[in-house]
Amino acid sequence: MLSIDRSIVDAIVAHARRDHPDEACGVVAGPVGSDTPTRHIPMENAARSMTFYEFDSMEHLRVWREMDDRDEEPVVIYHSHTATEAYPSRTDISFAGEPGAHYLLVSTREPDTEEIRSFRIVDGVVTEEPVRILDAGVDPHAVQSYMFGQSPATVDYECSGR
Amino acid sequence: MAIEVRIPTILRSYTGGAKVVEGSGDTLNDLLTDLDSRHAGLRGRLVTEADALHRFVNVYVNDEDVRFLGALDAKLNDGDSVTILPAVAGGAFGFAAAAAMAQHVAAAPADGRTRVTAS
Repeated sequence: MLSIDRSIVDAIVAHARRDHPDEACGVVAGPVGSDTPTRHIPMENAARSMTFYEFDSMEHLRVWREMDDRDEEPVVIYHSHTATEAYPSRTDISFAGEPGAHYLLVSTREPDTEEIRSFRIVDGVVTEEPVRILDAGVDPHAVQSYMFGQSPATVDYECSGR
Repeated sequence: MAIEVRIPTILRSYTGGAKVVEGSGDTLNDLLTDLDSRHAGLRGRLVTEADALHRFVNVYVNDEDVRFLGALDAKLNDGDSVTILPAVAGGAFGFAAAAAMAQHVAAAPADGRTRVTAS
């Protein structure tokens, strides 16, 4: 399960909307071993493409070193699909090189709703996991979740199981 | 002095969990051969059968991407620091396109100077 603050999700969605129809990408860093995403780092899509994304190699080095210096790791690696569902493509799977990260996908194909889903990708195997969105600003115990692009509604959600 | 090599999480199974290892060599190619003698299999994760740097990794010498330094022919000196990172890339690109890209990588010149860029 990925637990993530609503303000970070909102910032990721805003980034994806801003770069639409190109794919947007980035990282959310967190303290090593915490599994808690705390610091949102929007990255440049060096491919500037509607169907492909790639971190700029120099920005990648700089951001990874900075995380190292701060005892952080990439807890979430996100990107958007702008015309298809928020599910990892073959390309996503073949590139996935951070076995400890939550791979968060946002689909911006619908103008009014976002589809936000999270996956583990280890050795080419994709496992979907629930996303728990924490509304820290309102009540730390209040939990809402997105499911398949609908408005937040339920307290917890099961993944689709595919 | 030796060359310090920073190993990403996904490749630490080859280094007994070590985050940093040391090696030697006049070029990146020599260094990877040297590392492979102690960490068998590591080189194969970084270099394709066509002797080009793999599309799925970024390798840096100090602060430079080796793709701009001659790739596997990049010159190294004692005291250099080499960093390996898994490339972060992907996208809605379909399977056929990914397969075509893999072929393109396999067909790249042996000196590895050609960098595949998707558009």
